[in-house]
Amino acid sequence: MILTFIETRDGKVKKSSLEALSEAKRRAAELGLPAAAALVGPAEAAADLLKYGPSAVFHLEAPALAAYSAQGFAMALADLAKDVSPRAIFLAGTAMGRDLGPRLAARLGVSIASDCTKVAVENGGLVFTRPIYAGKAFLTFSLKASPAVATLRPNVFPLIAPEAPAGEVVRREPAVAEGAVKGWVAEILREKGETIDVAEADIIVSGGRGMKGPENFALLEELAAILPRAAVGASRSAVDSGWIGHAHQVGQTGKTVSPTLYFAFGISGAIQHLAGMSSSKVIVAVNRDAEAPIFKAADYGIVGDLFAVIPALKTELKKTLAE
Amino acid sequence: MNILVFVKRVPDTESKIRINREAKAVAEEGLNFVISPNDEYAVEEALRLREAKGGRVTVVSVGPEEALTTLRKALAMGADEAILLKDDLKEAYDPLRTARVIARYVRTKDPSADLLLFGRMSVGADNSAVPAMAAELLGFPQAGVVTKLEIEGASGTALREIEGAVEKIAFSLPAVVSAQKGLNEPRYETLKGIMAAKRKTIPIIPVAELGLAPEEAALQVEVVSLEAPAAKQAGKIIPGTPEEAAAALVAALRNEAKVI
Repeated sequence: MILTFIETRDGKVKKSSLEALSEAKRRAAELGLPAAAALVGPAEAAADLLKYGPSAVFHLEAPALAAYSAQGFAMALADLAKDVSPRAIFLAGTAMGRDLGPRLAARLGVSIASDCTKVAVENGGLVFTRPIYAGKAFLTFSLKASPAVATLRPNVFPLIAPEAPAGEVVRREPAVAEGAVKGWVAEILREKGETIDVAEADIIVSGGRGMKGPENFALLEELAAILPRAAVGASRSAVDSGWIGHAHQVGQTGKTVSPTLYFAFGISGAIQHLAGMSSSKVIVAVNRDAEAPIFKAADYGIVGDLFAVIPALKTELKKTLAE
Repeated sequence: MNILVFVKRVPDTESKIRINREAKAVAEEGLNFVISPNDEYAVEEALRLREAKGGRVTVVSVGPEEALTTLRKALAMGADEAILLKDDLKEAYDPLRTARVIARYVRTKDPSADLLLFGRMSVGADNSAVPAMAAELLGFPQAGVVTKLEIEGASGTALREIEGAVEKIAFSLPAVVSAQKGLNEPRYETLKGIMAAKRKTIPIIPVAELGLAPEEAALQVEVVSLEAPAAKQAGKIIPGTPEEAAAALVAALRNEAKVI
């Protein structure tokens, strides 16, 4: 079996977890194996998951799992893995997946394939591809020990369409001893108004040094507000100048992203920035300098003043998206 | 407090990465190696904790002899001691092995450590896995990708970045914490610090002497290939006034690229 850990936030299943489950289903079918899911969260979320066609949804419940902790969740999943002996365990490469995946792998005595952008079946085994050096190179490899634990980059793997529910929900109480968990989430604080992170956004509207100052990032926020599932990103120099928080930084020392559409406004395209966003499906660059390296990475470029282009773009986008 | 900081020697982020496809490895010639940028936040945080609470800061690196330079950088920032766990293995992209080396080192050589600090992710291997793996192997709690850290007695709290929000993690010591940009502003080395770091002896412990069982030291990652990203076709430059260009761009995004 390929087991996919399903992450819930506020009781809702994360889209990136469904992407991981979708990929698990495709690869499991190729291997002739079932694809099951494991979830910590409300019973309704577990039941709802059946329409994505897992052979079973293991609904894990224990007092020690009330708040997220990598330690407790790793214990619960390792306990399940010992029982069901999966060939592989997939997790979404989210903040939680990147926190929990390696801990779970170490508990099972196996290494990990982190932040994969491709999973394939070769000679009856799984082969993983992932960007290294933030996308300056791609490593393809297999994992010798079983189960193969992998985190899958959000926004890369296509979702399967929901179908008539098959499978069943299996309720389990994993053995997680009270007191064994020594660190947990005590509280979740939300950034004001911010709902979508650059790592998960379908569209990223990024600004660099050409934005000239913190006040002009409002222009990007306005643009992002028009677009569906869009977030504001930034180059390192904009973040280092204190124009916007570092959580927005895209690049080798920030976040590596793969949105459907990436706008680079006033970003020259330093190699460390390009590394972090060049796997975006479509890249648009707007820059005054026709020689800026960003234009080599872009699918569409406008050489011009971004302060004139952004308002025009807002008008056009509003018009087109309303159609 | 007894604080251990783990640092890694990596190519700087401005490096152009060239690949030796036959060797399935990155060509190292001409690369400029530095301390992994996130590790600097870890060193800085350790120094601030020592300044506030006393204790000592030891920086540890798993890597080749060239990593002595990386360790001297941390010493020049103000760390008390440095230790090289000498590993002649080329970058193998296998975080479990590194975590096992680290856990073994802590257990056998420095079992009184209160806090293990790491950078959020090393530049290059990009796994972001060693801190959580080491925490699990040692049975310690973890707080990863941390932008604020507070230690009070035998426990601590940390703020950690998640998608669109921040988690507050509560944990007891000993613990593993990985540092993210925003945690602090790393200090520059002083000339005095650089001179003192030069004079310090850095003990070298070969990884083989840590006594890992052969199956624990074995690699589990089997590299099939290492490739450069596919070359991208030159994009289209859209001409015209801002209004014309914007209209043409939006039309192209909808009708040609089909992304909006």
